[in-house]
Amino acid sequence: MSEPRPRVGVITFPGSLDDRDAIRAVETMGGRGVPIWHADASLGDVDAVILPGGFSYGDYLRTGAIARFARVMEAVAAFADAGGPVVGVCNGFQILCEAGMLPGALIRNRSLRFVCKPVDVRVETSLSALTGGLIAGDVLRMPVKHGEGQFVSTEEELRRLEGDGLVVLRYCGPDGELDDRHNVNGSTGSIAGVRNERGNVVGLMPHPEHAVDPDVGPTGGQALFASLLSFAAAKV
Amino acid sequence: MSRRRFEVLVSLKPGLLDPQGKAVEGALPALGWSNVTGVRVGKHIELTVDAGSDEQARAQVEEMAVRLLSNPVIETFRILAAEEANP
Repeated sequence: MSEPRPRVGVITFPGSLDDRDAIRAVETMGGRGVPIWHADASLGDVDAVILPGGFSYGDYLRTGAIARFARVMEAVAAFADAGGPVVGVCNGFQILCEAGMLPGALIRNRSLRFVCKPVDVRVETSLSALTGGLIAGDVLRMPVKHGEGQFVSTEEELRRLEGDGLVVLRYCGPDGELDDRHNVNGSTGSIAGVRNERGNVVGLMPHPEHAVDPDVGPTGGQALFASLLSFAAAKV
Repeated sequence: MSRRRFEVLVSLKPGLLDPQGKAVEGALPALGWSNVTGVRVGKHIELTVDAGSDEQARAQVEEMAVRLLSNPVIETFRILAAEEANP
């Protein structure tokens, strides 16, 4: 008997760029990629949802500010409330923050420059839909490409994030060392990814979907997709 | 009926580092203004609202500022009402 292939929906907003790569990464890692349109009222029959990177609605006003009101976002919120895994990458992370589904916000990089390069990130917790198969301290390599990825929040929220273990990934050196030099965008606490209390909603600035194929670069995304597919399969 | 023009001023909360403000502040001394500190860059949004009354219009702008025009996690806003709407 063959294992069921988890169905992972990938939402396309006007201005999404990485939706095809996300679908391809899901398929490469053994899942089934299901395209979802931003104007859809329903997610259909999916086991997980990815909000991909890009520049939804031109990122006017603030990144993700307009996309969060897309019709499909009501279905995404309901899916997350029911415990379904939801992952936002880059612009998808920004959208989830704007929607209030994840804590914090992402503002202009400290350098004021767009950064596009491979980085190392350190896993901070196994308790998320994206890191269930990893252990704290694991280092993964994958690209970042963003102008507005500096994670910030209020003092109170940051205390809660750190206190409750809601930080999922931090920018680090090749051996997991945390320092300012490796903090690619000036994020508070070198935070590269966070989760909600339940752990089923996760956002990250680096791009795991660009890091699953050894022929084109680092493969740090494989373990994250493998974890997501296991989490989704457990819900099938 | 009331037609009112409003200005919404959106600022980054005081505790948060403002990269744009810092860049501007860093550029000023090169032009000879070395006595400037505390530069913060925000947004200025102008809009006209047609509503049943001035109060209704202002309440609506307030709601729009909270839900869309600002992000309450990192920003604060101020609403200024113009005397008369420009057509």
